Amino acid sequence: MDASAEPLIRLRELRKSFDSNEVLKNIAIDVHQGEVVSIIGASGSGKSTFLRCLNVLEMPDGGRMQFEDFDFDFEPGARNQPTPADLRRLRARIGMVFQSYNLWPHMTVLENIVEAPIRVKGEPKRQAIERAEALLERIGLVDKRDARPTRLSGGQQQRVAIVRALAMTPKLMLFDEVTSALDPELVGEVLALMAALAAEGMTMLLVTHEIAFARDVSSRVLFFDKGVIAEEGPSGEVLRDPKSERLRQFLKRILHEDTLQARLPPSLTGVAAELLREA
Amino acid sequence: MLQDWWLDFQPYVGGFAEASVVVLALSVCAIVVSWVCGLLVALTNRSPIRLLRYISGFYVWFIRGTPALVQIFIVYFGLPQIGLRMSPFVAGVVALGLNGGAYIAEIVRSGLLAIPKGQMESAQALGMSRTHMMGRIILPQVFRIILPPITNEAITMVKNTSLLSTITVVELTLYSQTIISTTFRPFEFYIATALIYLAMTTIISQGALELERRYAE
Repeated sequence: MDASAEPLIRLRELRKSFDSNEVLKNIAIDVHQGEVVSIIGASGSGKSTFLRCLNVLEMPDGGRMQFEDFDFDFEPGARNQPTPADLRRLRARIGMVFQSYNLWPHMTVLENIVEAPIRVKGEPKRQAIERAEALLERIGLVDKRDARPTRLSGGQQQRVAIVRALAMTPKLMLFDEVTSALDPELVGEVLALMAALAAEGMTMLLVTHEIAFARDVSSRVLFFDKGVIAEEGPSGEVLRDPKSERLRQFLKRILHEDTLQARLPPSLTGVAAELLREA
Repeated sequence: MLQDWWLDFQPYVGGFAEASVVVLALSVCAIVVSWVCGLLVALTNRSPIRLLRYISGFYVWFIRGTPALVQIFIVYFGLPQIGLRMSPFVAGVVALGLNGGAYIAEIVRSGLLAIPKGQMESAQALGMSRTHMMGRIILPQVFRIILPPITNEAITMVKNTSLLSTITVVELTLYSQTIISTTFRPFEFYIATALIYLAMTTIISQGALELERRYAE
């Protein structure tokens, strides 16, 4: 990452409320090409809403966003508020993966993957199919190309969902708690794919409870608390040596739960034990 | 005895066939009208334009709360008074189509509610337009869900065409009434009429079962 370069995405004063509940308060971040940013925080801290504002699945109430040639001002009545067409072009360049996979059950695995490249980007059918098959090959599911998604395991479905987003050749990938719905033994295969993408230089933002993954794979961690970024920094530092009491409490809570569920890879149990001892 | 019956029936075979074709034509036309109508109403139900929502709400409320026969009379006898004159066949298709549309709208609405929100979000997140999303992702799934209730509606539609005998459409029911008035054989001819309806509705329900089986794979 080159800190002096222009960021891939820049957000300023991003705000979002649901009714009278202020979920995001003046969020500002820059994410550079190739960065992997983990977003952690308790439920209700605004982290998922934040992620969903990045591809405007949730329309912010105010703030600015720059991404490639887009420069949006979300303030109501602003001159460069995004139009529906802008949003479609934006979303075609930002991949998103959801907690519940959201594959389309009436289509085969291959049809799921080629639908948007062909009909949104207007890619030639043969080219889209070839790339989809190459992607399926990569995740070892090429033999499932004609299967319905519901015939696949959760881990397989989620990997197909990731590949479906990748088929659009996005500039940025958003992952919204993508392992939270999975059986514990299936989490690893999904995290492995995400780690591989990170290693290839994909710019990624992920909301996650997998602290080990956040520490080992991401370059930066944002800790959301009550609608603000309460703490941020290089993932090693922030997770090993949290500055705020709230983050310390949060990590203690979720690492403790994780340890109880034996979901942590051995590399992290040391950190967990340390934190628990401190508490 | 059977032979006697057949001799009595034989002169009317052609007439029954013609009347059956009328029933089929009425049903197909009215079903198409009801689907178009129902789909539009179900989609305007979610429209941000309040007036559209009011209109579709009123429509469903009125149709479901009044007898089909009265609706048929309004279209065929009532509308000419304000200058809208239709042939009995067209009036029948309009009345039954509008009637079925209200029920289809409610079925489509419940089908839309049954689709998880994530299905739309993943489509949107890939940059799809609303039309693309509805046409390729949402409605095909809705159709699979609502296939059993819309099959029921199609069967109801075939049976409801008999109501059009009251506005002089020569369909099966009116045809059999006519011949019964000269043959005085209501038992045989009404049974025969019922069997023809039964054949049509059985074909519909079997066809729908076959479709369901195919989707289930």
